[in-house]
Amino acid sequence: MSQSYDRGLIEDFSRWREFEAGMWAWIFHKFTGWVLIGYLFTHIAVLSTGIPASGAETAVLQAGTDVYTQTIVSLEQLLLVRILEVGLLAVAVFHMLNGTRLLLVDLGVGLESQDRSFYASLVLTGAITVASVPTFVAGAF
Amino acid sequence: MSTQIPKETEETEGSKADAEAGVPSKGDVRRAEKRRRAAEKREERRAEEAERAAAAEHTIELRVFRYDPDVEEKQEPRFDTYHVPFEKGMTVLDTLIYARDTYDSSLTFRHSCRQAVCGSDAMFVNGGQKLACKTQIVDLEEPIRIEPLPHADVRKDLVVDMEHFYDQMEAVEPYFQTDELPEGELEEQRQSRENREKVKMSTRCIWCGACMSSCNVAAGDNEYLGPAAINKAYRFAMDEREGEDVKQKRLEIIEQEHGVWRCQTQFSCTEVCPKDIPLTEHIQELKREAVKSNLKFW
Ligand code: SF4
Ligand code: FES
Repeated sequence: MSQSYDRGLIEDFSRWREFEAGMWAWIFHKFTGWVLIGYLFTHIAVLSTGIPASGAETAVLQAGTDVYTQTIVSLEQLLLVRILEVGLLAVAVFHMLNGTRLLLVDLGVGLESQDRSFYASLVLTGAITVASVPTFVAGAF
Repeated sequence: MSTQIPKETEETEGSKADAEAGVPSKGDVRRAEKRRRAAEKREERRAEEAERAAAAEHTIELRVFRYDPDVEEKQEPRFDTYHVPFEKGMTVLDTLIYARDTYDSSLTFRHSCRQAVCGSDAMFVNGGQKLACKTQIVDLEEPIRIEPLPHADVRKDLVVDMEHFYDQMEAVEPYFQTDELPEGELEEQRQSRENREKVKMSTRCIWCGACMSSCNVAAGDNEYLGPAAINKAYRFAMDEREGEDVKQKRLEIIEQEHGVWRCQTQFSCTEVCPKDIPLTEHIQELKREAVKSNLKFW
């Protein structure tokens, strides 16, 4: 047996400068997918803390002093949460757009322009994210 | 030269006797002298070449991966630098041949046809899988870094073990099979023009292994058939002359656990294939074929 010149994972990914569009799309898709899964569980965990609010009096709910409303309001006061929300939107939008791209790839449509459709998803994600910033950050300062 | 041959044989015999006696023979002395002169000449030639290379208008700087498991001092992988005078139309393979012939005859790499036909010189050039004989120097940034194909065992320098790649190719039965023979013994089995067009690109594969080496999925899953093998399967599965039964058999091979479904459409193989085969497209089409044949409700 010859000895293997094993570049390993590190070697693979230190070539990132040479990666082509399709490879980047794959990496981003994986990454955003995991972020969304992480978000999903955080989302469930955080909202579960507000469950007692379901047993609260109507008056308390209307006054907005129940545990659910309080949790949301206090979270939304944090600048960090607002910024994370923008990030979440970016991640979700990219995952959707690239998911559509992958759907087309699976259907065998426009495989020659797969790199351009990746760039398009990136640009569109950027545009939507930037456009959303005012809405998300309004009143946070 | 030829006249010297018998003389050398004599000397060899003589030296044996002398060596037994423990005294350096005349022959030994002469041979040592000859060796020394040859080494001197080689040095001279090397210096000359280096000078010429330096004087040339444009020299290429190569960084070549070196490794030799059989020599103790070379077991540690290293990079050697060579300067090669540029010539118009020079390919990566040309520079390697120059470096080997001029500087270091132990530099090892595979090559044969030098025209992108035999598929023996796929390498990792400046971070990408390239066919050395098809890659123009002018298209590359200097210094040019040349390494053996990633995700394969290195045998020596730029030579990698291709056995695994060939095994995967064999696994898809890359030869024509049919149960629908034409009548008449001397009858030709013709293919329609449209069908030929359909498989045309897939027939171009030269078994260079660049695609397999570029694929992250193949790197992580040794059993994955890989782009080239699936493309081979495509070439025959799409050939109408093979008939339905054989096609079913082929689809069964490619849709097993480590077949087409491993592909995550990174497009790396399609980018690196020196024969411009739309590999991802073919893999995707086979995926659809596999689904279609499994979803037949009638
Ligand atoms: S498909 Fe292309 S890259 Fe892969 S072995 Fe064949 S010629 Fe080489
Ligand atoms: S030497 Fe034959 S393909 Fe490059």
